[in-house]
Amino acid sequence: MIAQTAPPDVRPSPKSKRRLDDNTARNLGLVGVLVVLVVIGIVTKPELYSDPTWVRNNVLTILQQASAIGVVTVGMTFVIIGGGIDLSVGAIIALAGVWATTLATQSHGAAGMIFTALVVGIAVGLINGVLISYGRLVPFIATLAMLVSARGLAAQISGKQTQVSANDTINSIATTKLLGVPLLVWILALVVAAGWVLLNRTTFGRRTVAVGGNPEAARLAGINVKWHTVLLYALSGLCCGLAAIMLTSQATSAQAAMANLYELDAIAAAIIGGTLLSGGRGTIVGALFGVLVFSTITNLFAINNLSTEVQNMVKGGIIVAAVLIQQFRYRSLTQLLKR
Amino acid sequence: MTEVVLRLVDVVKTFPGVRALDGVQLEVAAGEVHCLLGQNGAGKSTLIKVLAGVHHADGGEISWLGEPFAPATPQAAMRAGIATIYQELDLVDELSVAENAFLGHERSRLGFSRRRAAAVQTRAILARLGHAEISPTEKVRRLPAAGKQIVSMARALSHDAKLIVMDEPSAVLAHDEVANLFRIIRELTAQGIAVIYISHRLAEIREIGDRVTVLKDGRTTASHLSARDTPTRELVGKMTGRTIEYIFPPRATNRESRVLLAVDGLTRHGEFADVTLTVAPGEIVGIAGLVGSGRSELLETIFGARRADAGTVTLDGHRITSVGAAVRRGMGMAPEERKSQALLLDEPVYKNMTLASFAGFARAGFTAARDERAAALTTADRLDLRPRDVERPARTLSGGNQQKVVVGRWLLGKGGDRQKVVVGRWLGRGGDRPEGAADRPLPGKGGDQKKGGTRLLLLDEPTRGVDVGARAELYRVIRDLAANGVGVLLVSSEVPEVLGLADRVLVMREGRIVHEAPADDLDEDTVLDLVMAGSLLEGEPT
Repeated sequence: MIAQTAPPDVRPSPKSKRRLDDNTARNLGLVGVLVVLVVIGIVTKPELYSDPTWVRNNVLTILQQASAIGVVTVGMTFVIIGGGIDLSVGAIIALAGVWATTLATQSHGAAGMIFTALVVGIAVGLINGVLISYGRLVPFIATLAMLVSARGLAAQISGKQTQVSANDTINSIATTKLLGVPLLVWILALVVAAGWVLLNRTTFGRRTVAVGGNPEAARLAGINVKWHTVLLYALSGLCCGLAAIMLTSQATSAQAAMANLYELDAIAAAIIGGTLLSGGRGTIVGALFGVLVFSTITNLFAINNLSTEVQNMVKGGIIVAAVLIQQFRYRSLTQLLKR
Repeated sequence: MTEVVLRLVDVVKTFPGVRALDGVQLEVAAGEVHCLLGQNGAGKSTLIKVLAGVHHADGGEISWLGEPFAPATPQAAMRAGIATIYQELDLVDELSVAENAFLGHERSRLGFSRRRAAAVQTRAILARLGHAEISPTEKVRRLPAAGKQIVSMARALSHDAKLIVMDEPSAVLAHDEVANLFRIIRELTAQGIAVIYISHRLAEIREIGDRVTVLKDGRTTASHLSARDTPTRELVGKMTGRTIEYIFPPRATNRESRVLLAVDGLTRHGEFADVTLTVAPGEIVGIAGLVGSGRSELLETIFGARRADAGTVTLDGHRITSVGAAVRRGMGMAPEERKSQALLLDEPVYKNMTLASFAGFARAGFTAARDERAAALTTADRLDLRPRDVERPARTLSGGNQQKVVVGRWLLGKGGDRQKVVVGRWLGRGGDRPEGAADRPLPGKGGDQKKGGTRLLLLDEPTRGVDVGARAELYRVIRDLAANGVGVLLVSSEVPEVLGLADRVLVMREGRIVHEAPADDLDEDTVLDLVMAGSLLEGEPT
């Protein structure tokens, strides 16, 4: 009945098209950065890049180095899109890794170790989430406290010793290859794919965007904002548990100091991948590119035998540049829409 | 009066979609209390923000002390001698009285703040205001509302203001505090300072005001009226006499008599008390009241978004205590602040429309974007959304169309059969469908949505920031919903809207329902009188 009026003017909407391009454009930009990094590699070390076998292996090395941090970044991206931040990811990895490699846990075999790491990760994430949602702590404070105390607990459990994994199944995860590609890279691919589906194709992902984009609107639409926030931190914890297994396998050991500063790498990767730190917007693919940019830089410095100090300075510069570019893009976009 | 300090001629200010000021004339003389009268949305707030340098006029002339005046920033306006005391006081709670008074123009030497100098000057100003008992070093947080008002005034005087604009300064004050405020205003005007005084309370205007300028729909409809002697009927007439007659569709007659929503003794301390009301299916109940009368808080409490201190809300016999329960039972709400409370501005229209129902469309946790788009498009057609494009970000829509999206959120999936017909008509148009429209005929999903059965809609200021043409459409939509059996509880500060739209009207004042009557038995003057604390018709010179 209501629609029995004159036909609406059906104007094409260039803006929606433009917006669709926005994420793609940013990802293309990150691909461009990757290309530049590779070109720098070729120019500085032409003798290495002339060997196709070396190039293939080097690519796989980069991907393998990106695998654990990539998994963590997927979880972090969800938390940030949902309007939070998780500073405790590195500490959760350490705690999960240490807990999974105690003699008691190792006696239960590989399945017991994996189970323990995942459960520890989820449990710590749940504590984070409950403190933030129901204890009304600011995410920054809650997870900062968790960063300190989870590492403390990890040191307590391990007695500050490096715990060697004697489990061949766990240790072989890092060395196994499927179709010529390391299993760790497959795991990363799987997590990224699952993360993409979860964010873009499920009700969980839709709630995440709503909760981070406008919590009040989400609440008034009947979404349980608090519980969803808890789930987001639990998801991040789960990713950390998985990463703990991956790192333990790579090192065939775990210790309280492992995954140091992973929180900063994961946040940085998510941000340069286009995730808005204030929440409500972000992409999994962008986050993956963010991780790849960082691990490619690390690789570039390694093959040129440059120090990690220089590397860190360059990383910092890239973070600042990426965010500046984003702000510029966002501002020009909103200005365009205002007209 | 004597020397004119401020003169506005044909001042215009437009925002996207709204002409907030559309030819304002205003003349303020030194030493007078000039009252601005007008209903909500008449443009008073916009006008004072133009004077304060927050907004910039798009047209017309402003002269201040004989010179053209166009303050680029609030600081510029302050330096020129125009100070504004906003309704929501802009004080920093954690700073001291003196620091607040000199905020933005701190007394300093070589970058070190001269706290003693500031304290001495503040003390002098406070004494001038008759409030020497307030300590300049006290934290503003610890002051009562009246004290904060004094600090705001001290700030105005610290700038050596020659004009002080006060936006509803009495709204937060108790009776004797108002008397003190008036005493201060009289002292200020005796010193030659001009005051622009905004209030909804006519009694106050009669007591303190010298002259009155009336605004309506962004225009000056009367000026140079005597505050004391102008008959109330004339003032109210200037405020309400419409240039644009809103067109309200005819009322539905087929209402059921059973109770859909029952609110019983609902109370939230400090916001509203002992509210009892009912809404029947297909009935539109309107609540008239000023901003701050507790209306929005009431609606949010009914919706379960705030916890009631006492009283109950039941929908069809089911207690409602949370938003989740409200939505499950078929309640929907369009909140007052569209942008901050209802919309994901960067997300496409269809996701905004399905924000409350996407889980109902989903299969096993996977969202069904195609079905959502189709249903959103159907609803968009039903509401005549323009442009007819559910892919564009909500940010790019006009206020009226954003409101349609918020209302549409609660209509998704209702009356599936009819929707299919409408969509079919559109699909038949072939070529001119915008990009992003449904790629295939509507899947038979919309009709059997579990979540789509909204039976009661709470509308908080549904036409705020909506231009006149779109208003008529929204009215039609609301009426049509009621005709289809949806109960509507509507809050609006625009009296004609409540009278024209509602079947039954409740008048709310200071947190209480003070009057209830069928809309046909009320007229605008009566309601406005009730809304404005009954001050209108008392001791009126005729």
